Amino acid sequence: MRKLSIPISDDQIRELNMGDPVLLSGVMLTGRDTVHKWMIETFIEESRQPVDDDKKVYEAIRPILDGGAIYHCGPVVAGLDTGDYRFVAAGPTTSIREEPYQGDVMRHFNLKAVIGKGGMADKTLAACQEVPAVYLHAIGGAASLIAQSVRKVRGVRKLDFGVPEAMWEIEVVDFPAVVTMDSHGKSLHAEIEAQSRAVLESLLA
Amino acid sequence: MQDMTDAFLELVRMTSTDLPPDVEDALKLARDRAQPGSAARGALDSILENVSLARQNSTPICQDTGTPLFYVHHPQGWSTRQLREQIRAAVAKATTLAFLRPNAVDTISGKNSGNNLGGEHYPSIHFSEHQMDGLVVDLMLKGGGCENVGAQYSLPHAGLGAGRDLKGVRAAALDTVFRAQGKGCAPGILGVAIGGDRGSSYAASKEALLRKLDDSNPDPTLDDLENTLVEEANQLNIGPMGFGGEATVLGVKIKGLHRLPASYFVSVSYMCWAYRRRRMIVDDGRTRYE
Ligand code: SF4
Repeated sequence: MRKLSIPISDDQIRELNMGDPVLLSGVMLTGRDTVHKWMIETFIEESRQPVDDDKKVYEAIRPILDGGAIYHCGPVVAGLDTGDYRFVAAGPTTSIREEPYQGDVMRHFNLKAVIGKGGMADKTLAACQEVPAVYLHAIGGAASLIAQSVRKVRGVRKLDFGVPEAMWEIEVVDFPAVVTMDSHGKSLHAEIEAQSRAVLESLLA
Repeated sequence: MQDMTDAFLELVRMTSTDLPPDVEDALKLARDRAQPGSAARGALDSILENVSLARQNSTPICQDTGTPLFYVHHPQGWSTRQLREQIRAAVAKATTLAFLRPNAVDTISGKNSGNNLGGEHYPSIHFSEHQMDGLVVDLMLKGGGCENVGAQYSLPHAGLGAGRDLKGVRAAALDTVFRAQGKGCAPGILGVAIGGDRGSSYAASKEALLRKLDDSNPDPTLDDLENTLVEEANQLNIGPMGFGGEATVLGVKIKGLHRLPASYFVSVSYMCWAYRRRRMIVDDGRTRYE
């Protein structure tokens, strides 16, 4: 299985093909619905003025995302009272909800990998080709295993978004995933759907 | 009646953290048959590693610990009110101990109750009286991702060319698997009910999932259909997580119900690979788990 570490280079991204299993290591951020909306409105479309610590957080996450990865995940976190955080269960959440935002976020921050489950659609696939970047599918339900690959929770930003929606900075070792959308315009989700449709039609004919 | 809250708590803990052997065996078989180096094989390896880890650490197999569905069979004269109270207390305690994620959200206010108790229907508890002396309780934890890809068909169905016969049932079941792709965390298990009204039909499709994966249907016609559906669903080659590969469904369980002449429903409950169900038996004051 191919090992990848963050930051990931453009050459490494281009070597990845749809269907490749990978083990990912390095520092990444979690981010889902609220985070994507916040990024787009405040820093990409600039339709909303930065308030409070927005600018500070932006400056802090930029170097982490540059060449890095974002994980669609709403973790179960222990140690909320002490600040000695630990991920207990950390499986992927459904990615398609970020489809309207993801491509622009990838371009803005030079993101190399988007991690989640269920796959994404055309806008994200186009961004994967441009940036270039990949979509990595984590194993749905493998919550204990993934939590174990999170070796350290380095911190959290925007905790006021709520525990599942906050940006958790985590250090992972050998996080298992599969490239289901590559930088060459191929999407496993589109292919499997088309193939299975053809089989279904012939079975029901 | 004795207080069995702690026994129920153990049932919840075991169900959430310890996948039943028949399911694990089916996953292992699927893994061994998957092509070495393929994404499907990798996914099944990760799934099996996760299953062992969860068992070893007594942590939830999946972070979505699902809807708790209890099926309680009790002898004559037992108080279902007390049983219900004890089950609810056990569920709340299991949530505090992180065997269950707080999952009960008030749909109107949007508030999470925080303890997995919500109104009369959460957790879902079905009671029935049986003729035996002891108590038999089945618990199933049904995840949200897979519940979302379940489907109900009213036959005849023009789009599928499905009529009111077992051929039509087959078309409906295969269509559910196709539409689910990997989104229900495949490989899945189908609980299929034929007949009933919309409500009883969906309820029976869940009860069908209480059967062991490796058993056979006592009705030879339905048994044939179950085997055909497993084989044909796997020909769709959707595979674990939708990565492609043979292991698309691990099993199909079918139940027939009486129906009105006017209606012909086919209800399919899709269960994810994290097929968490366990049985508790209390007999002569002794409690054991299966
Ligand atoms: S469908 Fe099942 S395995 Fe997948 S996330 Fe939901 S509960 Fe977990």
